[in-house]
Parts: sequence; C-alpha cells; structure tokens
Amino acid sequence: MDGEDLLNTESQETAEGEGITIRLEAFQGPLDLLLHLIKKEEIDIWDIPIAHITEQYLEYIKVMKDLNINLAGEWLMMAATLIYIKSRMLVPQEQKSDDQTEENEDPRQELVYQLLEHQKFKNAAEMLYTREEIENAVWNKPPAEVLEDGSEVVAVTLFGLLQAFHEVVLRFESQRTMELDQEVVTVEQKISDIRKRFLVHDTLLFSSFFAEALSKKHLIVLFLALLELVRLREIWLYQKKAFEEIQISKVKEKA
Amino acid sequence: MEKLEMQAIIEAIIYVAEDIVKLEQLREVFPEASKEEIEQALKELVEAFNARPGGMLIREVADGYRMTTRPEHHEQIRSYLKTRPNAKLSMAALETLAVIAYKQPVTLAEILAIRGKKSSTAIQTLLEKKMVAIVGRKPVVGRPILYGTSKEFLIHFGLNNLNELPTLEEFAQMAGEQL
Repeated sequence: MDGEDLLNTESQETAEGEGITIRLEAFQGPLDLLLHLIKKEEIDIWDIPIAHITEQYLEYIKVMKDLNINLAGEWLMMAATLIYIKSRMLVPQEQKSDDQTEENEDPRQELVYQLLEHQKFKNAAEMLYTREEIENAVWNKPPAEVLEDGSEVVAVTLFGLLQAFHEVVLRFESQRTMELDQEVVTVEQKISDIRKRFLVHDTLLFSSFFAEALSKKHLIVLFLALLELVRLREIWLYQKKAFEEIQISKVKEKA
Repeated sequence: MEKLEMQAIIEAIIYVAEDIVKLEQLREVFPEASKEEIEQALKELVEAFNARPGGMLIREVADGYRMTTRPEHHEQIRSYLKTRPNAKLSMAALETLAVIAYKQPVTLAEILAIRGKKSSTAIQTLLEKKMVAIVGRKPVVGRPILYGTSKEFLIHFGLNNLNELPTLEEFAQMAGEQL
C-alpha cells in the first residue's frame, strides 16, 4: 500500500466504477484530480493525451455539478487551460515562425511542470504525515497534578478567582429584588457552614457555591470564609482548563 | 563539579522541564562550567541514555532536548492512559504546510500557484494550531502577508531544525518516478 492509497482512500474507492460519488476533500483541487487520472490510466506525464484527459476532467466536473458540489473558480480555470492546450495541440507547429522559440514549446509543458511541482509537495506532505504519526506515538511531559478521573487541572490564579467572584456579585445584583436587612454574619459562622457543606459534598462549582447567599454582604463574608479555608488547606480551588469554571474541592486527608 | 554529577543534574532538568531544554539554559545552571564542558557532558549523557534499553529517550528537538517515551511502546502506553491518538492535520493542511516549510517566507498567492487551489482555510487552521506564523510582509504591491513555520512546527514533527527536512530534490526525484 503506497502513501497515495493510505491518504486518499476515498478517492481510490469512489473513483472506480459503480456510480461515481465524489468526496471533494479527496480531490483537493484540480491538480489532484489530474494527477489521479494520470496515475489511474498509467499515462506518461511527458506525453499526456490531452484530448483524452480533458474529456475525463470535464466528465468529473459534470458529475460534481450534478451532485451540486459548489466548484471553486480554479476548477473552471483548469478546464479552460486544458481546452486551450488541446486547441494549440491541433495547430501544426511548422506554421510558427522560427525565431519565436517559445512558440515551439510543447503547449503541455507548463502544465507538466505544474503537475510535477504539485506531486513534489504532495510527497513532502506525506513525509510530514509520517513524522506526525511518529510524534503522536511518544509522550513527553511528566505527569501534571492529576485528579482521580485522570484529567489534568490548573491552579486558579488570584485574578481568575476575583473575576469569578465579580461575576457572582454581578449575577446576584441583577437577580435580587430586594435586600433584607440581615442579621450579622461572621466569617467564623460561614467557615463552619462551609465545613458542613463539604461533609456531604466533595466538589462544588464556584457559581453554585454562592447560590444561597441572601445579600451582597453575605456573599463577601462567604468569599472571605472560602479564602480562609483555602489558606488552612482544607479546600482547594482548581480549573479543568484555564478560564473554565472554578471548582471547589475538599482536600482529602492522607491515608 | 564532576561530569557524572553534572550529567545527573542535566538528566533531572530535562525530566522536569515543561518545555525543551536549551544549552543556554543549562549554562545558567552551571555558571562555573565552560560552554564546551556542558556541551560535552550533554552529548555523552544523551548517547549513554539512549543506548540503554529503557523506556525513555532524550531527543533533540527544536534546537533543544526533551525526554520522551519510545514510539514503539505507543500501543501499551495508550492502553494504560486510555487515550486516543490526537487529531491529525488534514491532507490539505499538510500540503500547505509543506509548501510553507520549503518555500518560506511565502505569500498566499505563491502557495496558490503551487497547490493550484486556494489555501486560506488551511492557513487559518495552521495559524490556529501555531504551526505557522506571520513573519512579515512582502515589499511588493499590496504588501501581502508572508508566512513561515514556527518552533511549534519543529516540535510537532520532531525536527531539530529546518535543515533536518529532506531536500526538495528528493521529492522531485520521487515525483519523477511516480509519474
């Protein structure tokens, strides 16, 4: 199995026979289609039967149009190029004046160079593909701090924490209807409240942590209590990823 | 400092490093040692480390060193980690990347000329994945953006530097044989 088969399986399967269905990503562009046709029919690139290839190319274009595939301009440009080359092939070379050497060039030449150049970079792309395969098979980082479910976590920055608390306050202010004159709450009270909550929960979301607070003052005292418990290493704050929701977890006692 | 001790420390640093370890960084760790001494210790360490039949390798990547597992063990490691292979770059992205890698600095129009196809989506993906970067603007009409490969590109494909890529002539020869 060569690389072409490996990478372009769709084009290999679908281009043959039984009712052509084309997946456009397999034929990435007109040059890919031409290369495919040349390889399939084992055509000598230095002597492309341009009339035959043009016919095949236009047939594919027709199929793609029938399938309502939106063809980018380059497909039609290539069709025009092929037809132009075909017409020039029909003009006898002798009629050209001798001093204009470039006119004596094979009209297919530029296209051939373009195809070879394209194939060259397709090969380079396959080399990258192989290297990527190898790199995907190695691991390089020592394990980061890992949760029980195996997902990595990142520490919460102070800024991230303040931002999250700011959002909680904003949400509270947008939702509240009236603020009752509360009884006095202390950080100590809230600490014991939080400890009670973590007897039943292992982890709480930062956003739901503050759901029961009845006033802005409550929110702030609760936040201070939270910080105190972090300082005492009873709970810890983390995110699955930077900027994701902050989670609050009980610190497990060492067995 | 004894060379063996220096090598042990370098090995430990390469292990804990989150990024690639460069020679200049090691010079800061051993201010008393000469550049040549560190270089020599490092070279011998890498040779000895990779010669042992262990599970880890010290590899030269992006002009630095890092410790990785051996590729031949990927199945067992993946089965332990319960992970699936990372999403790979599409063929369109790889082709565009190949053009950029060999022709850099290169404009979108120059890529179009080679691929015969607009590559803006592929470029967008490559920029997002930080495989390529905008390296400047071409001093011609319209001042088009010039693209080049990044350090992330070297790391992603396990290359020490761009010179490690096979030459384009090799691929041209292959193309000649294929067509």
